[in-house]
Amino acid sequence: MSVWDDLVGQGPVVEQLATAAEAGAGALAGDERAAAGMTHAWLFTGPPGSGRSTAARAFAAALQCREAPRGCGHCASCHQALQGTHADIEVVRPTGLSYGVKETRELVLRAASSPSGGRWQVVLFEDADRATEAAANALLKAIEEPPPRTVWLLCSPSPEDLVTTIRSRCRLVTLRTPPASAVADVLIRRDGIDPETAEAAARAAQGDIGRARRLATDQETRRRRGEMLALPGRLTGVAPAVNAAAALVAAAEADAKATTEELNATETAELRRALGESEKGRMPRGTAGALKELEDRQKSRATRVKRDSLDRALLDLASYYRDVLALQLGSAVDLVNTDRAAELRSVASAGTPEETLRRLEAIMECRGRLDANVNPLLAVEAMTLALRTG
Amino acid sequence: MSGPVVGRCRGRRRGGPETVFGALAGRESWHAAGVPADPLTLIVGDEELLAERAVGEVVAAARADDPETEVVDLTPGGLEPGRLAELTSPSLFGGGKVLVLRSAQDLGKDLIAEVVAYAKRPADDIALVAVHAGGAKGKALVDGLAKAGARRVTCSKITKAGERVAFVRAEVRRSGGAISEDAARGLIEAVGNDLRELASACSQLVSDTGGKVDDEAVARYYRGRAEVSGFTVADKAVEGRLAEALEQLRWALATGTPPVLIVSALAQGVRGLAKVGGAPRGVRGAGLAKELGMPPWKIERVQRQLRGWTADGVAQALSVVAEADAQVKGGAADPAYALEKAVAQITAARGTR
Repeated sequence: MSVWDDLVGQGPVVEQLATAAEAGAGALAGDERAAAGMTHAWLFTGPPGSGRSTAARAFAAALQCREAPRGCGHCASCHQALQGTHADIEVVRPTGLSYGVKETRELVLRAASSPSGGRWQVVLFEDADRATEAAANALLKAIEEPPPRTVWLLCSPSPEDLVTTIRSRCRLVTLRTPPASAVADVLIRRDGIDPETAEAAARAAQGDIGRARRLATDQETRRRRGEMLALPGRLTGVAPAVNAAAALVAAAEADAKATTEELNATETAELRRALGESEKGRMPRGTAGALKELEDRQKSRATRVKRDSLDRALLDLASYYRDVLALQLGSAVDLVNTDRAAELRSVASAGTPEETLRRLEAIMECRGRLDANVNPLLAVEAMTLALRTG
Repeated sequence: MSGPVVGRCRGRRRGGPETVFGALAGRESWHAAGVPADPLTLIVGDEELLAERAVGEVVAAARADDPETEVVDLTPGGLEPGRLAELTSPSLFGGGKVLVLRSAQDLGKDLIAEVVAYAKRPADDIALVAVHAGGAKGKALVDGLAKAGARRVTCSKITKAGERVAFVRAEVRRSGGAISEDAARGLIEAVGNDLRELASACSQLVSDTGGKVDDEAVARYYRGRAEVSGFTVADKAVEGRLAEALEQLRWALATGTPPVLIVSALAQGVRGLAKVGGAPRGVRGAGLAKELGMPPWKIERVQRQLRGWTADGVAQALSVVAEADAQVKGGAADPAYALEKAVAQITAARGTR
């Protein structure tokens, strides 16, 4: 067992990181030559679900590990690192829509402290692409010349998601989309899922391990995906398209509510208590601002959950048209939605590749609009209308 | 914060009896004839101007009886338990009092009980006025005072256009003038929906024109549009009246309607077309309204607007609106231009075959 076990189908990356961890240990021991193999800023990129943050966490664990080989996976340090409780590994996971400059400045300050365990002070910044431009600029100096023992691990879907100035200061680690068979393997081996379900889930998730696991284990996720794939067949006219859009957005809203409502209530209650709520529920003076700030954060989180949920649905929808296009062009790739092969075939023969491409374009445009903060209902309506067949 | 706001109303009257109590000009004599102020008055409603007037009436009635009457304004924040008893106990120096309980809906349970208890045995020389914003909050007070026989004055917000016209006409009549319905409509369009502003505009017009307020007088003193909502723009746009739509759009932007709201109104307009246009045939009236989740009058209007629209046209128009939304939210350098373009494209989409 080692910390690298969770990285699926990423052989070259594991090798690169293990070497770097070894070099890092050499640098700590004062070996000047070895130090060249290690650097202070890393950028982990790869498609969603390929395991960017998993890779970064494993690397962080390997850096902190005192055993050989680095990243043994059974020492106390490795265990803490993988559990996210290691004192010298700071994990930043933006839950809101963006990560602001104020938070970043505080982060830079914390990152400058020296490691309590005597090895490295690691800052693992998941979704670094959520940092605003101002935040990225605040990071710049810290990433360029960090204190000798500080290591930055940034994760983003692609290097282009970060400003050039940050990109150029990081060593790049590129993860690839793991093949469906490797994903299915993990599901069978680690989660004990039967091979057939694992196969189907892995194909449907298109390399996203987390999503594959949810699809394999969660009935609701499967149902939602099935519903999404049934959508194109129902878009026969203007009114069905508008209704389908409304249903889609309502489902995303319900998602956001389910995930955030309880959490919000607990957080608010905790903050109110901490600020000195009286027994009658009155708040002392001057605390309204803090409560408002929490409310804003919660709202931003809910919006993000809603957007993510919509985006997942749109990707499922895109996979449908991707299959249609593959059939129309007669390319020799596996279908993502094998269970709908018959329907896909009939849709493929009824239309032209140009139409399918136009539909895919509409889906991607909708994703772009959602990202640009367009009213979700409006963006989705424009898309379903473009997808409609009648 | 601080204790109750105690204001000697005499000072305020000197400040401007015309604006605050202007409407009572004709009634002073009526009060002077010796009708005393009611011991208990309950004002329910959220239209501030009307509530203020009702309070003013009580004060004026009390003043007519006894010019030395003191007026005490009380807010829930400044009302502690026992304070009411202190204020309502007989004064050593005599003299009447008007107690005005503002925002009575925010009173706590104990204080409501105190007020209601007092209402059962009101003091002779004290008039209590409770101003309640309406709604379920603090309902115990409304019920309690009603039971104790308080005079109830309802001042709900005026929401319908017709009521607003009636208000303006009544207002002008009150100031001793006359206004035609058209002129009243024009005035509302120019001044906006705020009753205070309308009231002061009415009295100003009467004093400027000497009583007879007609279209011409309104046009001379008030020009332009006070409020243009995005919905007006949207209606003109989906009806294909480009010139009018653009005119309304400019007005809306000039009077400070946020572009985002205009886009959302455009979206609603086009969405309405899609919904009503695609509704199953054979369903009518209330059934259709339920199916679409729209009020019947709106469905009727959308059905009229649907003339000239095709399915492709609607799809195209909605896509235009989505694009405009992205643009007004930072995607374009000039939101006003983005909106004008969207309006033009919507009217163009209407002709799409």
